[in-house]
Amino acid sequence: MKAFSGKLHIQWTLVCFLTPVVLWLSLLIVLPHIDLLLMSFRTEDDSGRLMWSLSNYMLFFREPIYWLTFVRTAVYSILVTFLTFVIALPVAFYITKVAAPRFQGFLTLLLLLPFWVSELVRVYGWMILLRESGVINHFLLKTGILDRPVEMLYNDVTMIMGLVYTSMLFMVVPLIGVLESLDDSLIEAAYDLGANMWSILIKIIIPHAVPGIVSGSIVVFMLTLGNYLTPNLMGGKNSLWFTEQIYNQFIASFNWNQGSAFGFLLLVLSSLVIWVGLKLTNQKLSKVVK
Amino acid sequence: MQIDLSVIDITKKFDEFTAVERVSFEVNQGDFFSILGPSGCGKTTLLRMIAGFTEPTAGTIYIRGNDMAGIAPNKRPVNLIFQQLALFPMMTVEENIAFGLQRRRENKADIRKKVRAILDRVELPGFGEKQIDQISGGQKQRVAIARCLVLNPTVLLLDEPLGALDLKLREQMKVELKKLQAQVGTTFIYITHDQSEALVMSDHVAVMNQGTFEQLDTPQNLYNKPQTPFVARFVGQNNAWSGTVHQGQERYHEIRTDEGLIFRTRAEEQLEPGQRVDLFLRPEAMLIQPDPGLTELNRFDVVVNSILFDGANSQLLVSPLNSRRELIVALPQNRQYDYIDEGDKIELGWDKDSGICFRER
Ligand SMILES: Nc1ncnc2c1ncn2[C@@H]1O[C@H](COP(=O)(O)OP(=O)(O)OP(=O)(O)O)[C@@H](O)[C@H]1O
Ligand SMILES: [Mg+2]
Repeated sequence: MKAFSGKLHIQWTLVCFLTPVVLWLSLLIVLPHIDLLLMSFRTEDDSGRLMWSLSNYMLFFREPIYWLTFVRTAVYSILVTFLTFVIALPVAFYITKVAAPRFQGFLTLLLLLPFWVSELVRVYGWMILLRESGVINHFLLKTGILDRPVEMLYNDVTMIMGLVYTSMLFMVVPLIGVLESLDDSLIEAAYDLGANMWSILIKIIIPHAVPGIVSGSIVVFMLTLGNYLTPNLMGGKNSLWFTEQIYNQFIASFNWNQGSAFGFLLLVLSSLVIWVGLKLTNQKLSKVVK
Repeated sequence: MQIDLSVIDITKKFDEFTAVERVSFEVNQGDFFSILGPSGCGKTTLLRMIAGFTEPTAGTIYIRGNDMAGIAPNKRPVNLIFQQLALFPMMTVEENIAFGLQRRRENKADIRKKVRAILDRVELPGFGEKQIDQISGGQKQRVAIARCLVLNPTVLLLDEPLGALDLKLREQMKVELKKLQAQVGTTFIYITHDQSEALVMSDHVAVMNQGTFEQLDTPQNLYNKPQTPFVARFVGQNNAWSGTVHQGQERYHEIRTDEGLIFRTRAEEQLEPGQRVDLFLRPEAMLIQPDPGLTELNRFDVVVNSILFDGANSQLLVSPLNSRRELIVALPQNRQYDYIDEGDKIELGWDKDSGICFRER
């Protein structure tokens, strides 16, 4: 009897903990997605009635503007992820291995600082700096390096820079985590055995940091792929992001069915890229997110 | 004989704190040279300066006559075995050992051959494919040594490499390391705070204390003729007395200890009557119930406080009559002294050449 009540007790606590999780997952994630999925397979026929069809997906493949944007978004997101990694690794290395221990917390805080303002404000900050009548142009004109202002906004390079800037923290933090667990004496031993900086990086630091690199890359890739604000505000007329296409369908064309189909394509794309990435680096998702 | 390493007046300061102060020494080719000292005396700092990881504040290091100033660790003909071994966990045993050879861009066939040969040498044949976390502590030790030896360094630096092993394995590795060094003939500089490791393995030992060398000598001389009180205390067990010089002639002096015992003993330095001194006497220097015919001995009576039985290392803890000072006396296990019991009064005697005294400092 006692054993029975004990078991019951454990089950009750389990239920108490799980209920909010299950509710959250089902109400906010699973249900809307099922609805979106169903919606994406429906179109209005000529008389305005909803019917099952694949035409939303067909449209995506028929119209180059859609799938070109899609490919562009994927390629640029991978590029942004890679650039973020290339910049974040030295930063994380400096914070964990070079800076004096008492400055480490301070430096991490410094990285966090830009995230105390919203993304919108951050992007406007960049715009104030870079636009034709902006601070940098003003400065360059004053010093005589330029004789007429140049438009630095609204091109792909600026947009990528903005995306990298927004993503930095999400790469640096996991990298700090893995680099902290890297024993300094391994680096010194490699150095002692004749390795130069490059081979230490390739043979010791990166292999050790793989779990952190993968988890940071997943986060950065997903955030970049799903980013709307930065590409929209900093990118030019020709640098469409796929999220803008989705937005247009939902809000501008009011075609929810088409929008859901695009949304699902984006979901499939991000899952696919992450799956390929995990396979290539021989990692398991459950291990990486730890 | 060729000199492999020569260190001249080397000093290292960390801000105001001096970790190593004006240390000079030379190591001959093929020598097993140990640096022995208590924790924090600057051993690792000294070794890291030789390996190139730490820049000396002053002084010069020559390896085979070449000044090492400004030469990076990856360009020096020395290799360091770290206190924590620092094997690369992401590589197999073979990849660990091949790492240095690959950095020299040697060809693959040569690398394979050399790795095989060195694995045989450290008695790990067939271990190449194993992962680092699949081998035991003693085997890791040998992989770390192999990883450096395969590069054929002029000098191999070892920073307490046996520190992490358990006692039994340490005893075993001590003998193996000595044998290995004799076979390969590489110059070893070995750091330890364990005096038995230093004495067993080395050709020469430097005793280090607070950043300076107290004495650099053969193990026998360190034990038998310590030149400073620190060496007398640190190397081997010693009983210490303080007292005053009563009268002295040449190298032998009559010392009156603080409990009033009078001993004749040897001194390494000039002493004046009335001078305060410290007298050191090894546990095995004291004879239990010596033959009455030996008239030259210093004799005194003690009470046995306890018997510490430890096989060949058995000892008596005794106190001189009317004194609370405790002395350690070696107790030979030849059954001759089986009659001794706790609380017994026995006579001890020692030869005037087995004690040593220093001016108090
Ligand atoms: N980077 C450093 N900055 C400041 N002080 C240091 C530094 N490295 C070592 N020290 C100091 O120098 C002294 C000698 O250190 P070292 O590591 O050489 O000792 P050790 O003899 O190797 O000791 P152990 O046997 O414990 O390893 C210590 O008091 C230590 O606190
Ligand atoms: Mg040390």
